[in-house]
Amino acid sequence: MINVATGRLRADETFTPPGPADFDLPPIGASSSFEMFGQTFALGVTKPMIQVVLAGVLVFAFFYVAAKQRSMVPSRLQYVGEAGYGFVRNSLGRDIIGSHDFMRFVPYLFTLFFFILVNNWFATIPFIQFPTMSRSGMVYGLAILSWVIYNAVGIRKHGFLGYLKLQTVPSGMKGPILLLLIPLEFMSNILVRPFTLALRLFANMFAGHLLLILFALGGEYLLLHGDWLVKPVGIVAWLLFIMIAFLEVLIQFLQAYVFVLLNAMYISGALADEH
Amino acid sequence: MEGTINGSLNMIGYGLAAIGPGVGVGLIFAAYISGVARQPEAQARLQTIAILGFALAEALAIIGIALAFVLS
Repeated sequence: MINVATGRLRADETFTPPGPADFDLPPIGASSSFEMFGQTFALGVTKPMIQVVLAGVLVFAFFYVAAKQRSMVPSRLQYVGEAGYGFVRNSLGRDIIGSHDFMRFVPYLFTLFFFILVNNWFATIPFIQFPTMSRSGMVYGLAILSWVIYNAVGIRKHGFLGYLKLQTVPSGMKGPILLLLIPLEFMSNILVRPFTLALRLFANMFAGHLLLILFALGGEYLLLHGDWLVKPVGIVAWLLFIMIAFLEVLIQFLQAYVFVLLNAMYISGALADEH
Repeated sequence: MEGTINGSLNMIGYGLAAIGPGVGVGLIFAAYISGVARQPEAQARLQTIAILGFALAEALAIIGIALAFVLS
């Protein structure tokens, strides 16, 4: 029965809520560990590592096959491949970086978008069901890559000092206010960007997966271990689980889009001419 | 002990902190919808701006959830 005094709806078996520990998958195969920087590092291959490689292979194989037999009247596969390429090229490349020099960056943006998209959708694909990007290390790599690229592009075009001036001095600002603005702009444009870029993707995938675990485990617990009065709530939890899983598909797409969109924005900001 | 609630107070703090970005994201999409309703042909242009604004407002919530797990 429901204990009104304590507000508890559970029977007496304990329920352990899901937490970050659920994302620590053990290494597959032989593993040894070593100590470095005061942390224990395990040697071995984990599921996210396999998924990263699998995503790369899948994206390459799909677009290789889709682009192999090009014809004026496209086959269905070729049509899908071209639509995907056109989406990234036009809405992420041309519209944001500008028609003058966007083609240089289309291969990078295109690869990045589909790589992240497939990795995110791994959270939904049956039998895999683990978002690769919910391991923060995977995302840091991508964020560092994009940080290096947009800074390198800017420095190459404007020179080191010119680039720093472009990124830190807002146009039309003069006088002592610059003492305040330059450190602030430096922080926001150079230092904080890779962190927010990485954290956004990582935390979205992490929180989404955690939410799904919570609904699945909580529903199971209410249904099997709860009192008869709360059993229906377990079914509601599972229905919500299904609905949230569909919402997650949308979020996974959106986060891949946002990651590449911000990459394109940063590149276009680094390429911008001085006003 | 009877009637105790276990868990981290961080999560309540994160819940409060998520109100701000929630309101912000709502305002951004409200403006986007009314913009498209007034001028449907501007949708493609507004969409990019709306999603960018959404991503920037959401970053606050994301920083919140990261700190909720990290701080102890």
